[in-house]
Amino acid sequence: MRALLAHRLAAPVAIALIVVALAFVLPSNFYLRVAALVWISALAVIGLNLLMGFAGQVSLGHAGFFGLGAYAVAVLPAQFSLHPLLALLAGALVCGLIAFVVGRPILRLKGHYLAVATLGFGILIAMAIANESWLTGGPDGMPVSRLTLFGWRVRGASTWYWITGALLVLGAWLAVNLVASPTGRALRALHDSEVAARVAGVDVAHYKLIVFVISAVYASVAGSALALVNGFVTPDSANFIHSIELVTMVVLGGMGSVFGSLVGAAILVVLPQVLTTFHDYEHLLLGLMMMVIMIVLRSGIVPSLAALIRRTRP
Amino acid sequence: MTTLMKRMGLAALVAGAAAMASPASAADTIKIGSSLAITGPASFLGDPEAKTLELYVKKINEAGGVNGKQLELVVYDDGANANKARTFATRLVEDDGIVAMIGGSSTGATMAMIPVFEDAGIPFISLAGAVVIVDPVKPFVFKTPHTDKMACEKIFEDMKAKGIAKVGMISGTGGFGKSMHGQCLGVAGNYGIEIVADETYGPKDSDMTPQLTNIKSAPGLQAVVNPGFGQGPAIVTRNFKQLGFDVPLYQSHGVASKSFIELAGDAAEGVRLPASALLVAEKLPDSDPQKAVVTGYKAAYEEATGQPVSTFGGHAYDGLMMLVEAMQRAGSEDPQAIRDELEKTSGFMGTAGVVNMSPSDHLGLDLTAFRMLEIRDGDWVLAD
Repeated sequence: MRALLAHRLAAPVAIALIVVALAFVLPSNFYLRVAALVWISALAVIGLNLLMGFAGQVSLGHAGFFGLGAYAVAVLPAQFSLHPLLALLAGALVCGLIAFVVGRPILRLKGHYLAVATLGFGILIAMAIANESWLTGGPDGMPVSRLTLFGWRVRGASTWYWITGALLVLGAWLAVNLVASPTGRALRALHDSEVAARVAGVDVAHYKLIVFVISAVYASVAGSALALVNGFVTPDSANFIHSIELVTMVVLGGMGSVFGSLVGAAILVVLPQVLTTFHDYEHLLLGLMMMVIMIVLRSGIVPSLAALIRRTRP
Repeated sequence: MTTLMKRMGLAALVAGAAAMASPASAADTIKIGSSLAITGPASFLGDPEAKTLELYVKKINEAGGVNGKQLELVVYDDGANANKARTFATRLVEDDGIVAMIGGSSTGATMAMIPVFEDAGIPFISLAGAVVIVDPVKPFVFKTPHTDKMACEKIFEDMKAKGIAKVGMISGTGGFGKSMHGQCLGVAGNYGIEIVADETYGPKDSDMTPQLTNIKSAPGLQAVVNPGFGQGPAIVTRNFKQLGFDVPLYQSHGVASKSFIELAGDAAEGVRLPASALLVAEKLPDSDPQKAVVTGYKAAYEEATGQPVSTFGGHAYDGLMMLVEAMQRAGSEDPQAIRDELEKTSGFMGTAGVVNMSPSDHLGLDLTAFRMLEIRDGDWVLAD
């Protein structure tokens, strides 16, 4: 059991099994849509978790990259008749480049300064999207043309369920491989102590930048996926609250846990749907649950439970 | 361990899924869905809309329901978030099994929900403003509020009648101001209006004197228009007075609430704006065919909620009543039949005006629906 848990492919395999198993359980398109939203959020959260959980850097502007990815598949096909898939890649490329250029000066900063700098960056992107209405449709958003693959129009909740599920599994697989690579080791060293990592010969600024770029690409792809699923984008996807939501998902599920990213995303996407029955007390209950989880399971749900199980079952 | 984790995750998701499932609907109720911005930055829209729907569904049910069946209203709060609205729309169609939909407080939320209802073939009456919702016409999508384009046309019509041709514009950069600004530029030519100055301000700006000074220096200026809502127009109005303009100021229907007059104070005196008859319900002449509807709604809303009536709740009233009449005419609650009857709505008197739908017009209001109001002694009066 412990060997299984320790295996580096445990998380992606578990996620793949969940995606397949749920497809047989979920009764209607509504549930499939909620699941697809979970997969999309989880994808962005895995990327952010690489940055927060493994490299120990906080980004409060990740929705900026998410929004850029979303608007890439909306704007590029509409303005330049680019195929949505190429637009998705272009969005990811642009986000990677922006993260590279912006990251170089920002990642010299530490702690709160880094958080504030990324916060500013995210807000800047959100403002640009809301204000350049000739390009982005402004605060009311703009439609996204339907994705066509080999003459087949991609639509329907179950189709998107499988596409987003596959994206998530791919993202999780890439993430665990990254973590297991020499780069991953350098990142963890950096997380534990930047000074020690530097003494051990790790190029701190270089590795921080790499992981920032990678996490930006994850967010961008997730944003593109959401825009394609919805067929419509609004600046909400890039706003500050969404950045906070992503960070909360990371912390709730467990920093440094790929599977925790899925759990965190699942809780924050599914719970509001469950709690609508409580009407006025919805936000109260959501806040209460988050507080209790953070107090009882201090290092996030998955790592805390894993540690608990390891202790009780020697 | 992996299996255990997997099970935990699965159990959590399935438990969530089970909890979401709503009880099966009884066959003798008609389910109507709604997703509104009850909380969040657009709650001034969603809150009166939700209260109106709940109030009138209750009244209709007490009076025996529709076609002998009780109405059942399912309302979700999307906080004006388009992605959430889309999820709730899917939920209403797939899970709650609604036959018709009212709502979408904001244009973004409405546009995100449209594909869901078009695919499912369920009539959707939006309560949001922008003209893109019904232009081009989509078979299952209707809307009740006036469009910003109509507000521009009403203002320019009034100007043309007064011989005003050179106009300065100062627009908010929020969704409403931006959209209306574009529409005004588009229709200005039709009324022989020339925009001689065009300035903007941000949603959080606290002083618009520089922009207004620029406008004031524009040669031949005869009037100023201010599309926007929130506190921006109130600040513009105060700065406008301080700078001693000698031309009229036109606001939009976006400021049609008592709080605007309170914020702008004395400076609001003489400001003109196009708005719904609801604001001047008691002041309408008895001969006005709209008087009974607007005074009736105003009294009912204010008595039930203890809050002053707003035009936004009125849009929800119009949508619900149009829907009920369509169901009565159809004699069934088949979504396709309701849609067909909604499209045939004619001579319906709502709080927004007379509605005459057609296959090429899913709004059905014309310029007479707007009243040109003026603010005098801290209250709205009919301008003409």
